[in-house]
Amino acid sequence: MTAANPPVAATKADGGKRPGDSFPWAALIFLGPAGLLLAVFLAFPTVYTVILSFNRGRGGEFTDWVGFDNWIRLFTQDPNFLRLGFPPSGALWNNVLWIVFYVSVTVLFGLVLAVMATRVRYEAFIKAVVFLPQAIAATSLAIIWRFVYAPDPETGLMNAILGIANVGPVSLLGNPDTVNWALIAVGVWGSVGFATVILSAAIKGISSEVLEAARVDGATEPQIFWRIIVPMVSLPISVVAVTLVVNVIKLFDLIFVMTAGGPGASSRVIAFSMYQEAFPQGQFGYGAAIATVMLLLLVPVMIFNIRRFRAEAVQQ
Amino acid sequence: MTALEDTTVRSQPRTLSERLARMAGKSPTHIILGLIGLIWLVPTIGILITSFRPSADMRSTGWWTILFEPRFTLGNYQRVFEAEGMGGAFLNSLFITIPSTILPLVIASMAAYALAWVKFPLRDTTFLIIVAMLMVPVQVGFIPLVTGFRESGTGLLTNYGAVWLAHTAYALPFGIFLLRNFFITLPKDLIEAARIDGASNVGIFRTIVVPLSVPAIAAYGIFQFLWVWNDLLMALVYAQRNSIQPMTVKVTQLLGTYATEWSLLAAAAFLIMIVPLVVFISLQRYFVQGLLAGSVK
Repeated sequence: MTAANPPVAATKADGGKRPGDSFPWAALIFLGPAGLLLAVFLAFPTVYTVILSFNRGRGGEFTDWVGFDNWIRLFTQDPNFLRLGFPPSGALWNNVLWIVFYVSVTVLFGLVLAVMATRVRYEAFIKAVVFLPQAIAATSLAIIWRFVYAPDPETGLMNAILGIANVGPVSLLGNPDTVNWALIAVGVWGSVGFATVILSAAIKGISSEVLEAARVDGATEPQIFWRIIVPMVSLPISVVAVTLVVNVIKLFDLIFVMTAGGPGASSRVIAFSMYQEAFPQGQFGYGAAIATVMLLLLVPVMIFNIRRFRAEAVQQ
Repeated sequence: MTALEDTTVRSQPRTLSERLARMAGKSPTHIILGLIGLIWLVPTIGILITSFRPSADMRSTGWWTILFEPRFTLGNYQRVFEAEGMGGAFLNSLFITIPSTILPLVIASMAAYALAWVKFPLRDTTFLIIVAMLMVPVQVGFIPLVTGFRESGTGLLTNYGAVWLAHTAYALPFGIFLLRNFFITLPKDLIEAARIDGASNVGIFRTIVVPLSVPAIAAYGIFQFLWVWNDLLMALVYAQRNSIQPMTVKVTQLLGTYATEWSLLAAAAFLIMIVPLVVFISLQRYFVQGLLAGSVK
């Protein structure tokens, strides 16, 4: 129990066939293909991209060194990436909006739905229905929701419903003030099922005696929710929240298909900016700087994962 | 488990009035869940119905009027499949997805075996590096890899090679992580006994570890298959010729040409969804398992 090691076969040499030959040939053979691919396509490009962010990077090559120019431009001179005024805007700011609203609403909605679903007989059905978007390509989700949001009330369901209430027609995706909220709503719609399924499994793990005892003592349902269920599933909640934050940092397909970052650049997110600056625009050094920002934003999650894994290994 | 079942089986209502009272007490729950069910199903049903409506109808009335004027056609599917190239793109999606699923499955299983059951120096450090790699975004690969593929003169960007390699490499950290964590739960005695009987690592891997790990390998395989099938970004970057692009890329091109031809777009969107929906419905258990395990990706 002291070592953090997983169980290990206790033979002297691997395979036990070459006594005295201590070089781990078996490990090399089994790890070789993965190691090669990871080194060539993952580790090397990461280093390359970080260094390229300090270069103009024409054609993806190290053409001329520009020091921190790309970085300074990114954070101070590119309103499409970050404009700190009131209200702030830009791709990085939109990611902040996504993290705050998409993550909190998805977690809360998922939790409430998981609790409510346990009380009905069609629990499995309602969870499957809400989980369904997880199986669908973001490209298709984007088309489904462009259709719902379509400004023509004879086409778009949302404006048809608003029309009944004599509101409208509104173009949520065509207005810079509403576009991000409309997109976040689609993001929530797509992810609630994921949160529900994971949190539901955690809630089922709560001893029913605890809940019954609280009810007998006269606790109301909101009290049970906030004072018992939420604290008891706080670890799964944090895992779901971290996963959703990672989703936001990598978010691309939905934005690309629904708005292409528009109108103007009002709905861009960092992953979109990275693609846009690097490929259609061909600014490789600048794109490399944005990719490095993404990597840096994910480093805390990397550390969180490593810590979590180490803790689990010690428990074994 | 039994404790949980005991309390969930509460006393059954005996009379009709008791039953009605219980339903009334629960009715807010039913109404809210019913509403949620509608919000989650209706948008998808809308696109499905639209994909079967004649485009003249689509232009004049909303899809919900289908109740009053039920007219259906397969014309939209025929048109996107044949004239708009979704048929070829469907095949491309398969050509891209199948190798991009099998390759990481094999390579990650092998690596996971070494990390779980072969003793070598720095094994835990190696595994921690792979856990760290889980969080490396695909974007850091774009510029060096596209540049490298282009300059290599191998045509990989126009012949599926680049998509396969990129998908495989970026799937490995998660696959290795998932499978290694499953492999170490296999009974140690079994593997040691096989070693004492003279089985080689290859033998142990093929005859013990893989057959006993089918659920985990299947979950990862399904997860990876759907990941690649549904992917747009990697295909945009690494599949740089029209004739090799998958459906997700083709749909974005259709969207540029026919922004309001919803019948065509709906048919195209639904073509992408068919395979995942079939997988989801038929293999739901593995799918959910893969996804739950994937909550670290």
